[in-house]
Amino acid sequence: MPERIMFTMGDIACAEGALSAGCRYFGGYPITPATEIAEWMSIRMPQLGGAYVQYEDEIASITSVIGASWAGVKAMTATSGPGVSLMLEAVGLAAMTETPLVLVNIMRGGPSTGQPTRGQQGDIMQAKWGSHGDYQIIALTPASVQEMFDQTVQAFNLAEQYRVPVFVLADETVGHMREKLIIPDEKDLKIVERKKPTVPPEEYLPFKPDDNLVPPMAIFGSGYQFYATGLTHDQRGYPSDKEDVQIELINRLNQKILRNADKIIDLERFQLDDADVAVIAYGTPSRSAKRAIREAREQGLRVGLLRLKTVWPFPERIVADLATEVKHIIVAEQNMGQIYHMVRASAGTTPVHLMPKPAGMPQLPGEILDKIKEVVS
Amino acid sequence: MVATEKVLAHPMAKFMRTDRLPWIYCPGCSIGIVTNMIARAIESLGIDFNKVVIVSGIGCTGRVSGYFKTGTFHTTHGRAIAFAEGVKIANPELEVIVVSGDGDIAAIGGNHLIHACRRNIDITVVCVNNFNYGMTGGQFGPTTEHERYTQTSPQPIGNIEWPFNLVKLAASSGATFVARWTAVQVRRATKSIEKGIAKKGFSFIEIVGACPTSYGRRNRLGDSVAMHRHLLEVADIQNGLPPHEAELEYDSRIVCGEFVDIEKPEYTEVLKAAHEKLRK
Repeated sequence: MPERIMFTMGDIACAEGALSAGCRYFGGYPITPATEIAEWMSIRMPQLGGAYVQYEDEIASITSVIGASWAGVKAMTATSGPGVSLMLEAVGLAAMTETPLVLVNIMRGGPSTGQPTRGQQGDIMQAKWGSHGDYQIIALTPASVQEMFDQTVQAFNLAEQYRVPVFVLADETVGHMREKLIIPDEKDLKIVERKKPTVPPEEYLPFKPDDNLVPPMAIFGSGYQFYATGLTHDQRGYPSDKEDVQIELINRLNQKILRNADKIIDLERFQLDDADVAVIAYGTPSRSAKRAIREAREQGLRVGLLRLKTVWPFPERIVADLATEVKHIIVAEQNMGQIYHMVRASAGTTPVHLMPKPAGMPQLPGEILDKIKEVVS
Repeated sequence: MVATEKVLAHPMAKFMRTDRLPWIYCPGCSIGIVTNMIARAIESLGIDFNKVVIVSGIGCTGRVSGYFKTGTFHTTHGRAIAFAEGVKIANPELEVIVVSGDGDIAAIGGNHLIHACRRNIDITVVCVNNFNYGMTGGQFGPTTEHERYTQTSPQPIGNIEWPFNLVKLAASSGATFVARWTAVQVRRATKSIEKGIAKKGFSFIEIVGACPTSYGRRNRLGDSVAMHRHLLEVADIQNGLPPHEAELEYDSRIVCGEFVDIEKPEYTEVLKAAHEKLRK
């Protein structure tokens, strides 16, 4: 398909990104403010020979996505906080069975039913720590309609490459804003497919990693036999209660992401080169921060922005380096302070100032500018 | 001396991961019999075993999938049917069989069961009903009879709750093939599993089994042989009986047979028709 230009909302850009990435299975349950993704998929999926399936709840939705992925089809679900809370059981299963999938969370106000039509960024820690046990996921934080498309494509690529659930964590404002979207010509899009086994079926060990710590993945019906289980398993996939098997598996599930963190992490550095103060933000507050920084620069203040496009794995080393270059770090996020704790843990002795806001309207540019002035004075 | 003893392989061993044997089941458990039924049904139908996918949830019966030597998956508790739906819709060429227990299918997974029946997706569910949660030591579940004793429904009252009748539940939820047999009616049950697999639609086959280790012991139902003999004695074969009359009273009468076998457009076929319509 040649390049297309649309004026559309973030949720629809996300759906189009998934389709461009090759997603042909959507399992979901309606929820504000992610419903437009489901609606768009219900129209577009059948046109492309794919399936939009509406389940009885979010648990079935994401579990079916795991099934579709093992049947060899790129698969996703989209929901919001209350739905994610239900899906976390399956996030653990997907992490444990190393299932590529994409989970879009259009974040609304919480906790509980919260404010369904108001944006927030309260689910950052939930995405990382929500299911029980030690595992890694990848989480991307788009800040525009174009990035809803681009980063959803990227989410599928990362999911396939690392065999891991990838979250797209977009606040409601990004999900519902309307902007210009350029859908590139399909031949200009970089699409990554999962690695298939190359050994004959009788030699295949389903959880034997390659040198990147990721095992090649057989699918149902391919002639390869395998047992995938949420139980701790050895390289054959067989359950084990042995300590060494548990330690080896858990280390690998973590290291396959952490060791490749530099390749996974994407961010934007804006006017940071000579900055005394760095603002760290993602999603909608990062848009306010950019404007605040432009205004601060006009007033002669040396301020820059580190905009996180990947929050998990967290760019610890990049923040640590930044902390040696600036005198102050301001974290502006639409919650009571979540990534703030990661920044503090990485920033050494550099003061980290939190601008929390657990509500729908993001920090305004003027508020961020005032905070910048406050910390430099 | 060189060993010359000839080892006879079980005729169904070709379908099994024999390197995983012996399996985890207690002596006298019915689940091994049901595993054999599924293998025999696959053999008898002559379907390509590479295209068969076997999915289980959690629990004793939840371990069945892991013993089959094909594409198999062990989901979280109750989610086997939801997983299976995703597999079947993503690749309708696959023959998807779910085998799990009463607690997995009808309690924590009950919502998925009734909605999969309603959706009419072409998967076959074999549910082993042994009236309790065996894996965790024998607690009451969604099919435990009123006043029965379990680890969590102790004497003197026993189970305060009332059981689901799984045949009635599946039939009223829209399943297109519904049958019930006991674990001792192997040939009849195998035939129904075959029909369920061959059926283009959602099939539900309940196999009433014995858990002598937990349920049998607590309710003084005898050892494994006694329990299985009892199942044969109280089995009342009533093929074609309206499903709402398919009663199950452990002590006196377990109505067995095929109760539903109807035709209804199947989900993946309707979806395929939609694809073709949109292509024109």
